[in-house]
Amino acid sequence: MTVAVKVRGAVKTYGTNRVLDEVDFTAQAGQVTAIIGPSGSGKSTLLRAINHLEPLDSGYVTVRGELIGVRLHKGRLRELSERAILRQRSRIGFVFQSLNLFPHLSVVENIIEAPVVTQRVPKQQAIKQAKELLAKVGLADKFDAYPRQLSGGQQQRVAIARALALEPELILFDEPTSALDPELVGEVLTVIRDLAAAGTTMIVVTHEIGFAREVADHVVFIDAGRIVEQGPPSQVLVAPEHDRTREFLGKLV
Amino acid sequence: MTSSSPPKPARESELPKPVEETTDDLIDKLQSRKVVPLRHPWRWAASLVVVVLLAQAAHALTTNDAFQWDAFGYWFTRPVVVEGLLLTLQLTGLSAVFGLLGGILLALMRLSRNPVLQSVAWAYIWLFRSIPLIVLLLFLANITALYATLSLGIPFGPSFVEFSANDLLSFYMVAVLGLSLNEAAYAAEIVRSGIISVDQSQLEAASALGLPKGRQYRRIILPQATRAIIPAYANQLIGLLKGTSVVYITSLLELFGVVQSQASINSGQIIPLLMVGTIWYIVLTSLLSVVQYYLERYFSRGALRTVPPTPFQRLRSRLRTTGVAR
Ligand SMILES: Nc1ncnc2c1ncn2[C@@H]1O[C@H](COP(=O)(O)OP(=O)(O)O)[C@@H](O)[C@H]1O
Ligand SMILES: [Mg+2]
Repeated sequence: MTVAVKVRGAVKTYGTNRVLDEVDFTAQAGQVTAIIGPSGSGKSTLLRAINHLEPLDSGYVTVRGELIGVRLHKGRLRELSERAILRQRSRIGFVFQSLNLFPHLSVVENIIEAPVVTQRVPKQQAIKQAKELLAKVGLADKFDAYPRQLSGGQQQRVAIARALALEPELILFDEPTSALDPELVGEVLTVIRDLAAAGTTMIVVTHEIGFAREVADHVVFIDAGRIVEQGPPSQVLVAPEHDRTREFLGKLV
Repeated sequence: MTSSSPPKPARESELPKPVEETTDDLIDKLQSRKVVPLRHPWRWAASLVVVVLLAQAAHALTTNDAFQWDAFGYWFTRPVVVEGLLLTLQLTGLSAVFGLLGGILLALMRLSRNPVLQSVAWAYIWLFRSIPLIVLLLFLANITALYATLSLGIPFGPSFVEFSANDLLSFYMVAVLGLSLNEAAYAAEIVRSGIISVDQSQLEAASALGLPKGRQYRRIILPQATRAIIPAYANQLIGLLKGTSVVYITSLLELFGVVQSQASINSGQIIPLLMVGTIWYIVLTSLLSVVQYYLERYFSRGALRTVPPTPFQRLRSRLRTTGVAR
């Protein structure tokens, strides 16, 4: 197995609030890692640290062995230039909780923007690829629509297609279904499930425990900025060792 | 044994029909009929009052000889007036372009994370919003009293070219410079308000996709900001259009300058001349409003689920439907 993401000694504080407290964790390539935990426990911060949307105070992140957002220089970690960080980000897909497609661009323009600009994919080819991706997420007919003409579930599926268009080595999902009406959750989870079946490396922050149990290869439970427990879902979600995990799971069901 | 069960009705036809069923029947019959729109008697009454008042105003304007409508007709397209009009258009156009470019630059400086750029932009806006335009123009017109020569070269170092300030700054350039400097300060705040009205998550999404910083602003933020900027900037532009009348104090003959000077030569003509100026300003403002309307529509792409039809489209479709009904 190859390591896709390695987080070591991640510390992040906001004022006196230690949001990430010496977090270590590893995500394997081709696997789905689910991050669960109570609200405010630092899940989003951890996920955002992975593509350097949130710089760490100390500790580091590597993706496929490459340091993210920093470089090693004379025994110290130094922040990379903005340009270099942006280049690294185009290898890492990110799907946000809030629906944030670009509202003034049509669905296809949303999808081709990054490949055409950052990877210099010819426009015609990018459009062809966008059509395939839209078919994959079940929205082939929404090609020309504007985001506000779509339902929340459809918007989130376009957001997934937009992330996929960069052919990322890794996709990060931050509660991709939390902003959706209950009946729309399923369609988005189905898309993620298909990606998992195709061997896409993913880290998913989620409150959908049933989904995590079914799809995740590895589950990380985080509380108050610390990893309390991690392992295969059959252990963490079914027979947790720690009281804190049991308590959290008990509240959800 | 069966005493608890309700008595069976003798025959169906004896039952009273439930009310809902009759309504349903009625609706079934009416299914294909069009709904009669709600009548608005008060709307009609209010419209009538307004029309009567307008008619009175028109009557007062046309029947008062003091307006001298024949003189108005004479002056309206006089070459000297048209020249002034063209100058007004030039001053407005140039200052609008320079002012907007400067405004965008200042807004981006104020929003940058560089404290020096931030402060400089803030100070510029503070200064030029504080100086009345007329004072600024007079300062620039008399700049030779402040600096006799302007030079181009290394700051504080040797200069390559030197100009006499008087040669360089014709009154025309003074006017464009003054208006642009002033305009940039206001445009900056309008642009900045547009940019900060765009949700922060848009920048975040763009940077998560790895889009370069410049592209994030050009492609993602500014088009969305423009929607908020247009109405405010159109106001500013109309203000500028009329504000150009201030430059007459530098003895530059734009529209108002012409009106003013002709009125002093031709005694008794001030009212028709003022009307000529007024009507031209109204025409130009109306053109700007039409442009504003279509720009707003263009930039509302995606912001509205469906873009409402233009007045022309509405009129056309109304004509078409009444045509079909007949
Ligand atoms: N920009 C910020 N400034 C201050 N506090 C923040 C900021 N972002 C997050 N926090 C705090 O960090 C903690 C963890 O936040 P987050 O990672 O979003 O939690 P989760 O995603 O698990 O709900 C919360 O207590 C939150 O209030
Ligand atoms: Mg969160």
